[in-house]
Amino acid sequence: MKFFTEFGRYILMLKGMISKPENRKVYWKEFMHQCNDIGIGSLGIVVIISVFIGAVSTLQTAYQMVSPVIPKATIAQIVRDTVLLEFAPTLVCIVLAGVVGSKIASELGNMRVSEQIDALEIMGINTKTYLIMPKILAALLVIPMLVAISATLGIWGGRVAGEAAGILSTTDFDKGLLSAFLPYNVFFAMVKAYVFSFIISSVPAFYGYHVEGGALEIGRASTKSVVVSCVLILFADYVLAALLL
Amino acid sequence: MIEVKNIRKGFGDKIVIDDVSAVMEAGKCNLIIGSSGSGKTVFMKCLVGLFKPDSGHIIYHGDDFTAMDDKQRKEIRKEIGMLFQGSALFDSLTVEQNVMFPLDMFTDWTLAEKKQRVNEVLKRVELVDTNKKFPSEISGGMKKRVGIARAIVLNPKYLFCDEPNSGLDPQTSLVIDKLIKELTLEFNITTVINTHDMNSVMEIGDKIMYMYKGKKEWEGTNKEIIFSKNQRLNEFIFASEFLRDAKDMRMLEQAGKIDENRNMDDMIK
Repeated sequence: MKFFTEFGRYILMLKGMISKPENRKVYWKEFMHQCNDIGIGSLGIVVIISVFIGAVSTLQTAYQMVSPVIPKATIAQIVRDTVLLEFAPTLVCIVLAGVVGSKIASELGNMRVSEQIDALEIMGINTKTYLIMPKILAALLVIPMLVAISATLGIWGGRVAGEAAGILSTTDFDKGLLSAFLPYNVFFAMVKAYVFSFIISSVPAFYGYHVEGGALEIGRASTKSVVVSCVLILFADYVLAALLL
Repeated sequence: MIEVKNIRKGFGDKIVIDDVSAVMEAGKCNLIIGSSGSGKTVFMKCLVGLFKPDSGHIIYHGDDFTAMDDKQRKEIRKEIGMLFQGSALFDSLTVEQNVMFPLDMFTDWTLAEKKQRVNEVLKRVELVDTNKKFPSEISGGMKKRVGIARAIVLNPKYLFCDEPNSGLDPQTSLVIDKLIKELTLEFNITTVINTHDMNSVMEIGDKIMYMYKGKKEWEGTNKEIIFSKNQRLNEFIFASEFLRDAKDMRMLEQAGKIDENRNMDDMIK
């Protein structure tokens, strides 16, 4: 029963945020601010994770490919598809659910508890439109970009690690990278990125916006939002794979 | 002027506001007093539209606020300024940006015009050299002043203050009270203040409403309140023995029966 109540409130929140902005300039400024916070703010961790994930993928794939008849370039093919199909969109988005999601939930929760949201309401501002919509739109714009960067860096990390460990040369890697490439995989990765971006931004916004109580409840909302976002990402990952692959 | 007609508000089975009617006059400080849990904050939140009353009417200058749609309500809200208990300043914005926020949102003024207006109101609340500071870098009293500056920057017709003196020392409280009173008179604002502070009541209470368990128990002025015969109100005002003795002395003084050689030791037993 509680699930349906919360789901209903979530849908009402999404419906409530669709309204005409009071002032386009202020909303644009807020949107750019959120793009910077979500995009630039998460870039460091995305770069680190992606490079190492790509590197480890190459090493582990090489470790498992014991047959001498399989050409070394196949390692690059496997790394490319693994990074594109799963690591870049899913793993990065799960990390972003923690980094971005907890930030969104605690920011909105703090604004609710310290009556800043009430102050905006009294000024005649639609707080759902002003506070939540720019976050969701910013996430929809920058998270797919981060996923694209992640995929590129993951493959690059695998290439560098392959050569550094003496597993395969960069020439072999590049050869494998270009063979049997399916552009549909990029499309699939982007579909996942958009769906996950929506989850990462809207679920924490819901929990943060509806916080009641004090500092303890903000912490709880933040944790709950990360857990729910991660579960939803994994569930959506499965559904999308079943539907689109 | 704000007219409140028979409003009721409950949460679940609990009735928090029970058939309260009142008139808040323009150019006056209309105080709502009462002990914790008496319903005064819920009453104020109903007035500003943060809560919807279950029944009754709230009329802003002839327009029924409770019967308005969201668009009409938004228009009225542009005429409302509110000072919150914790000031509710936006943490990520500087003092100047906080005060400028309503101007950014609702005017198409140039930056220079907005800055001029911000400086005017900050000067009016006696805040100088704080424009570039963040809320975390200023004192509680200064935060309240910034809150007032933000509330009045669009020249509101209605000013709501929720416990404006909470967490402030008596001297700063007095400064804030005087500031609210001056602004009310200067701009003929309908000011509604929620407070526990008896100093505020005596200092600025042009019109006072005492609430008890969600009902209006007493109404009057600051001149009438200390001589009220309402027992619940008296228990609320003269909660300490010291204040009761002070009241008795005042009565004796007025009756010309006071001992001229009295001292504080007689009062503090």
